[in-house]
Amino acid sequence: MVQPLNTYRETASQTAGPYVHIGCIPTFAGLPGVYPEDLGLRAIEDGAKGEIITIKGAVIDGTGWALRDAMIESWQPDAAGKFPGQPGADAKVNGFCRFSADKDSGLYTLRTVKPGRVPTRDGRMQAPHISLWITARGINIGLQTRMYFEGDDVSDDPLLSRIEQRPRVETLIAKRTGDGEYRFDIRLQGEDETVFLDI
Amino acid sequence: MTDNRPDAGPLVPRDRSAHPVPYFPDYKTSVPRSPRWPLVSMESTPSEETGPRFGHSLIGPNENNLIVNFSPDGSPAVGERILVHGRVVDEFGRGVPETLVEVWQANAGGRYRHVKDTYFAPLDPNFGGCGRTLTDADGFYQFMTIRPGAYPWPNRANDWRPMHIHFSVFGHSFGQRLITQMYFEGDPLIRLCPIAATVADRSQLDGLVAPLDMAMARPLDFLAYKFDIVLRGRRQTMFENKLEGM
Repeated sequence: MVQPLNTYRETASQTAGPYVHIGCIPTFAGLPGVYPEDLGLRAIEDGAKGEIITIKGAVIDGTGWALRDAMIESWQPDAAGKFPGQPGADAKVNGFCRFSADKDSGLYTLRTVKPGRVPTRDGRMQAPHISLWITARGINIGLQTRMYFEGDDVSDDPLLSRIEQRPRVETLIAKRTGDGEYRFDIRLQGEDETVFLDI
Repeated sequence: MTDNRPDAGPLVPRDRSAHPVPYFPDYKTSVPRSPRWPLVSMESTPSEETGPRFGHSLIGPNENNLIVNFSPDGSPAVGERILVHGRVVDEFGRGVPETLVEVWQANAGGRYRHVKDTYFAPLDPNFGGCGRTLTDADGFYQFMTIRPGAYPWPNRANDWRPMHIHFSVFGHSFGQRLITQMYFEGDPLIRLCPIAATVADRSQLDGLVAPLDMAMARPLDFLAYKFDIVLRGRRQTMFENKLEGM
């Protein structure tokens, strides 16, 4: 025998199920009045410094169908690379946002500020990115991924550099579709499956 | 907000054997929605180590009481009154203070207040089915609610969900984010449920089953169930934080 470690195992994940919106964004789900407003309604407030961008996209399953029941959460720093709560962070940047696909089009919309660069723990700079977490019925443990941006230099990004199959890097880069507008689809499976992360 | 403790190191890498497998054919919807390629792993960065923080000003007075928080006139929801309580800790057993815990559930008949739920069981006009609270300074939380009913769902020919409450927990780091489900001690449907069965490790599944807790029950009022939640921890050593120059 050996000494006990006295550590605990993380609680097992379970799917968020088909009714995740009741719990996380109830007003959107048709339960107004329980909360004053849904959590994470806006990534930014009016007056946030930096380039305001709008990203649209879909979460697509292995058959090519755009999910209508996924919930996505995003987390990011302000335009200067400061996260909310850090000294000097832009008070108009909430950093966190929750959003879902439109029931008809299957498209989500995220309006936010283009994030600044953030270093790794050992001081290497990462390319600008937004962290994403995707949950839905059929997803047994929330999927982590990141959204980078077309037009940025991502050649030295520590995470993207770890992806051996270089064409897969493209699955993490939002494509510019207009002035301040991007498209970012998340493919759960199949051709061009998005790179998911374990960070 | 950043964890400002000077000794906060990287997040402990996730032990995937503690979790469900993504592809689980008995749970049919997981088949087209599970990634096939391996996850890309890396040590955590500030993008994962920071996370949204929510203050007490967010939480209204009845938001952790599902018995009355949707009721138009304060009349209680129908069902077996229960207290659900527990503690949110990290892998090292440290309480996670002031973190947001959200719950959602079916009503006592097994019906969700959702346009897509068309089960025969009636809606309860006094029950919405969602609630939220912050853990206290030591990581403890409590909800009042009614025990949700079991219900059938379209999967295999005759699948039923055991009684359960969905939990969403934030922790202090975006990389700690967790959604799970709490089951109830003694429910015979747990062993038949393909969603519960996605957790292959028996002790991990047992960790999702809340025991009846008579010490916290209130005589002539409510029963109690205890549900503790463990989130990822952060390593803390004196060798972690200054890699440069070592």
